[in-house]
Amino acid sequence: MEILVCVKRVPTVGGAITLTADRRAIDALASGFTISPHEECAVEEAIRLVERFGGSVTVVTLGPAAAEEQLRACLALGASGAVLIETEPGLEVGPIATAAALHSVAAEGNFDLVLLGNEASDTGDYQVGIRLAHLLGRPVATGIKALAVDDAAGWASASRAYRGVLETFALELPCVVTVKEGINLPRYPSLPGRLRAKRAAITRVPGPEPAAAAAADVRMASLRVPDAPKKQATVLGQGAEAVPALVNVLVELGVVS
Amino acid sequence: MTAFCLVELDGGVEGGAAGVADVSLRALTLARGLAASGGLAAVVFVGGASTGGAEPRVGPGLVADLAAYGVTDVYAVSGIDGYAPLAWARVLQWLMSEPANPELHESPGESSRPAPEHPGHAVVAAGTERGNEVLAHLGAVTGLPMAANCTGLVDNGAGEYAIVRQRWAGLLLEEAVLEAPTALLTVATDAVSAVPDQAGAATITVHDVAPSVDGSDLAVRAIETPAGGGGASLATARVVVGGGRGVGSADGFGPLEELAAVLGGVVGVSRVVTSEGWRPHTMQVGQTGTKITPDLYLACGISGAIQHFAGCSGAKSIIAINTDATAPMMTRADYAVIGDLHAVVPALTEALRQRRSTSELSPLWRRP
Repeated sequence: MEILVCVKRVPTVGGAITLTADRRAIDALASGFTISPHEECAVEEAIRLVERFGGSVTVVTLGPAAAEEQLRACLALGASGAVLIETEPGLEVGPIATAAALHSVAAEGNFDLVLLGNEASDTGDYQVGIRLAHLLGRPVATGIKALAVDDAAGWASASRAYRGVLETFALELPCVVTVKEGINLPRYPSLPGRLRAKRAAITRVPGPEPAAAAAADVRMASLRVPDAPKKQATVLGQGAEAVPALVNVLVELGVVS
Repeated sequence: MTAFCLVELDGGVEGGAAGVADVSLRALTLARGLAASGGLAAVVFVGGASTGGAEPRVGPGLVADLAAYGVTDVYAVSGIDGYAPLAWARVLQWLMSEPANPELHESPGESSRPAPEHPGHAVVAAGTERGNEVLAHLGAVTGLPMAANCTGLVDNGAGEYAIVRQRWAGLLLEEAVLEAPTALLTVATDAVSAVPDQAGAATITVHDVAPSVDGSDLAVRAIETPAGGGGASLATARVVVGGGRGVGSADGFGPLEELAAVLGGVVGVSRVVTSEGWRPHTMQVGQTGTKITPDLYLACGISGAIQHFAGCSGAKSIIAINTDATAPMMTRADYAVIGDLHAVVPALTEALRQRRSTSELSPLWRRP
């Protein structure tokens, strides 16, 4: 199987979020960058499928030159090809232009399966995978937490939970699937993998121009951290001695009668 | 303009027993602000074959619930069995298209008002797996931009909208401009309150429609089976008892499950619990798990990573139990108990059980 995995360089978010002075990005100088948890699982799923059926995994990202770091991390895990669609540092590319740029890479290779995270953890647009599938003219399933591929028959079965129901979609290959954390437990990179990744070649292609990147999409004006509730927690007590007070609160809240 | 809102249902559609999902009431509340002139249309997929208008496909209770939220038109869409995201998107495209689609006039069971009198200028859905998916398909087939998980919306006129939407699952808010002949957007499931229309129930018209859909648009369709567990879903539970690293082991969840049972709620967990393999990922609350909106979140042994808050900040009240009084969950909760959950949780369960058995006996002698 030939599999393409789309990933995105995003800031690592730990404690409080700090914005840059222009309030258009997260200040990630101290925290560094990573890919979304959903995408880590997409890479892992691709590697497992290739281990089972043969073939290879290619990773692609649209981002600044520094996103090479995220591509090499994926190469260390077992991907064998990497494509960087290079954009100007600091340029935010909307989902329509991102899907178009990914399409130019996805359409060139002979990929049986294109995997993405269900949504990027930073912008959370929930649509790049679907727009890409439409450009490719392929079936798509999103939010997938279990994927079974029958390579010989050319079908995939993809499932997710929806409001207490398990939804299973049958997809004819080639297809596009966006996955969520929980589909697997991603591996750690091996030392030989890291060494291989250091030397691996990365294919670079130019990304969309700033004007094209913004066309027709939602235009971000600024970001803000929502006002944290400035409440001070009422301490009900220490240990089991607090239980009577706790019960009273539950009654007040209407949780118990 | 007409604002079309994809409405998701809880429970079965047949017999009119279904209710409007809470997330869709939130979406209707936001959509109502757009619907000033042309009405607010609820689009409900009722499945199965068209009845030719012989019997209503949406029950009177459902219609009344929708009217209370200012809905003026209900489109009950039959002819599509089950959930097929692209087919659902095609139906929304057909409803919003202008000029009024002549096919709509021919559709069976059509009542007095065959098509919206004004072209549709907004299509709204709840930011659920289905809502985001259907609107992304709609964006792809129309070439229109789509804004996911909005929390606020102002119509600036001339096809320009000032929106506020969630990034980082709500840890950040984005102020943005959406410019499009038809606005496509989903509404955050945990940040907009469901508020009935102050103007009171509007006159409401139900249209039974059965649009024709290409077979290719039905190629990807959900086969639905009951998910494991069978209990209340984490996303809709009124009480969630959360467990984190402090629970200590897979076996440590027994007391939390007992407490959840007594409170009529479900157990949710933090990310460390699923990565340790103590509980499955389906139980995870947070940015990459489930976003919850209970009346009460009882967080036990959870320190409160920022990604966890992204999943639980929609709770009306939070009570935290933790040995560390300085943990973020303890300082951001409404109430805190400083102590070991292994002592507090069983004691609380016991106290609630005693209280219940007393109140079950009491009516005999408390009756006036």
